Amino acid sequence: MALINLTTSTDENFVNQVETLSGQKISECYQCGKCTAGCPFSFAFDYPVSQIMRLIQIGQKEIVLNSKAIWLCATCEACTTRCPCQIDVANVMDICRIIARKENKVKEKDVKLFYDIFLESVKKHGRIFEIEILMKYNLKSGKLLTDADLGPKILPKGKLNFFPVNIKGKDSVEKIFTRFVEGIKNNE
Amino acid sequence: MRIGVFICHCGSNIAGTVDVKKVAEEAKRFPHVVYSTDYMYTCSEPGQLEIQEAIKKEKLDGVVVASCSPRMHENTFRRTVEKAGLNRYMFEMANIREHVSWVGVDKEANTKKAIDLVRMAVAKVTLNQPLFPKSFKVNKNVLVIGGGVAGMQAALDCADGGLKVILVEKNPSIGGKMAKLDKTFPTIDCSICILGPKMVDVGQHENIKLYTYSEIEEISGYVGNYEVKIRKKATYVDWTKCTGCGLCMEKCPSKKAFDPFNEGIAPTTAINIPFPQAIPKKAKIDPNYCRQFIKGKCGVCAKICPVQAIDYEMQDEIVTEKVGAIIVATGYSLFDHTKIKEYGAGKYLDVITSIQYERLLNASGPTSGHILRPSDNKEPKTIVFVACVGSRDKSLGVPYCSNFCCMYIAKQAILTKDHIPDSQSYVFYMDIRAPGKGYEEFVRRAQEEYGVKYIRGRVSRIFKRGDKMVVRGSDTLLGTQVELEADLVVLATGAIAEEGARELAEKLRISYDPYGFYIESHPKLRPVETNTAGVFLAGACQGPKDIPASVGQGSAAASKVLSLFSKDLLESDPQIAHVNEMLCVDCKKCIQTCPYGAIEEKKTPMGKIVASVIETVCQGCGLCTATCPPGAIQLQQFTDNQLLAEVKAFFHA
Repeated sequence: MALINLTTSTDENFVNQVETLSGQKISECYQCGKCTAGCPFSFAFDYPVSQIMRLIQIGQKEIVLNSKAIWLCATCEACTTRCPCQIDVANVMDICRIIARKENKVKEKDVKLFYDIFLESVKKHGRIFEIEILMKYNLKSGKLLTDADLGPKILPKGKLNFFPVNIKGKDSVEKIFTRFVEGIKNNE
Repeated sequence: MRIGVFICHCGSNIAGTVDVKKVAEEAKRFPHVVYSTDYMYTCSEPGQLEIQEAIKKEKLDGVVVASCSPRMHENTFRRTVEKAGLNRYMFEMANIREHVSWVGVDKEANTKKAIDLVRMAVAKVTLNQPLFPKSFKVNKNVLVIGGGVAGMQAALDCADGGLKVILVEKNPSIGGKMAKLDKTFPTIDCSICILGPKMVDVGQHENIKLYTYSEIEEISGYVGNYEVKIRKKATYVDWTKCTGCGLCMEKCPSKKAFDPFNEGIAPTTAINIPFPQAIPKKAKIDPNYCRQFIKGKCGVCAKICPVQAIDYEMQDEIVTEKVGAIIVATGYSLFDHTKIKEYGAGKYLDVITSIQYERLLNASGPTSGHILRPSDNKEPKTIVFVACVGSRDKSLGVPYCSNFCCMYIAKQAILTKDHIPDSQSYVFYMDIRAPGKGYEEFVRRAQEEYGVKYIRGRVSRIFKRGDKMVVRGSDTLLGTQVELEADLVVLATGAIAEEGARELAEKLRISYDPYGFYIESHPKLRPVETNTAGVFLAGACQGPKDIPASVGQGSAAASKVLSLFSKDLLESDPQIAHVNEMLCVDCKKCIQTCPYGAIEEKKTPMGKIVASVIETVCQGCGLCTATCPPGAIQLQQFTDNQLLAEVKAFFHA
């Protein structure tokens, strides 16, 4: 890691922002590393989760928001479950993703793409339509053959429908999305 | 009345944010005030002299000092006025430091508040009455609760000082946790070799009366005059006959009894002597495992005992002792690691606690000092120690540091290398806390000479893979996950309050913290006293501490008792409740509400039944005052009239 000039780069507003949005007190983290120890995706992270917590503590907004780790976190909540300081670490990671997205700093474009397609599908059908998600994701990400090998295995089991199955009251689900978007606009 | 007011600057502590000159000027206008001044340090010798001179010159009969908290200097100034001929209770203190200058920055507002507080103190002192303490006789026996190293030290010091000591221990033998340990840090002394002689001294001392396998049933009375009921639990062996020959243990057919001394790592017999150096070395029967108790037939021990000491019909016995002071040395307990699911919750045989490991290392332990892992009795080659298991963990309700684990881990890792030279030990730690004398050097030696590998990070999970225990943790210095395949995992379980600590505290009327550790009277200046007169603390019952600190506190508590008992008569604090017999209607509300049992009924010469305060028992808490419907019972020095005068002085400025 390059030298961090704490005088010029510490962003206390970022610490406050994460604390307010997540409802977690970041200073309660004493850096024991238990979250990192149990994280199933640590192998793929650029910064292990305990270091993300440390970077937030010292207000390193740019490093945190530009990290891959916050996008690769699967929100499995092993960290949250085992944190001796009772910090909802997975929630903090989630908040970092939200802030990064708002600031157009998305290090893992495909992860964001997947979230978007997933939610779009839920909005449309009230639940997910798997094949639609698969196709859209593979096309838009340019990874045409991702998981294509799974097709022959799951098709005979009836796990994939070729036509969308809408839920009862999907309009109500759609309204949730509308209300959420309006809420954001009103807040802004 | 003629009242003098003295305003202290406390250097810049008060004068920095309070206009002390103005406060002194204003005070001159208060009723009865004939003298008012300010001084740099009123508590200094010249400051006190000024008060004494003013008392004489101005013929003062009441004094108000506006300075720090009464907790700091009330006694100083009471002595000051007393030396100048005033009664010590004709003095009042206004706290314009902790309550004013230290908490506010607005000088104008502070000055106004300081003036208000001084006006209130003046109004109160106007109604003060001279009070005089009463004397009472002291019983010079001392009760020590707990026969661990702290309690033993306290008992020996008191007994050597000529006091009669009643030592009560709930286990069958004294010795406490220290008797279970193999070696002690940082000197690697053999634990029982240094403790054993002390145990023998306690057992043989003519001034010490030992009640083991006994518990405190009830405590009543007050400093100098406590009455204690002790429950001697049934051992089913007549200890006046038992010689500790051990024949019963050899022949007992029930060999699967839980062995608390060996922390359950190996079983014992239903009738047993806990360990070879036990004091007293007497057998007792565990009725949960004894066939005579479970099946109603066996009687092997009764037949074999050469002195006919076995008595299956034995019952608990209550004995009463009278003492003047109590030393509480009830020690601590260890965190239950089976609460931690990710560490196997106690289901893996080869994940053990550090105290169990201590028994494996110990030559008198179940493996005769050979380290053999419980699952297959093989010698482990890779041993992983996990620090802070049940310490510094808010999620488990134990946010505090257990004080001694860092050190015993280093000790156990060093001993492991001594026992098994081709072994490798690893320690998962968060911080190393080694502030004692020679401690840091000891931990360094573990790493430098014994090659113990310290890994900075917590363990997330322990699970089984083949015959290995996989420990998955992190190395936060590397910023990476790490995994170790261990033959044996030792969890350094933290210290928690002893079971029953809270119930005992209530019997003793002492306070405890949220974790059940007893609270000392002052964290720095009264470390072994409690807020109940005559009750002292020693050792880990006050908070986790290691052997040297526990021994130090044992001696400290003993010296407190010895100095308390150096007088034949004790003086009681006159700031206690007092009943106006004319007003008392005998409603008994005060008797029900008094937490100290300090109020009784008595008959006046006129034949009226009224409440009466036992002056030596009353602690001056004032609960009765608030309860009494006709206002008959009043706390002297804090009467309703005095408090209302203060309130009036505040509102009618």
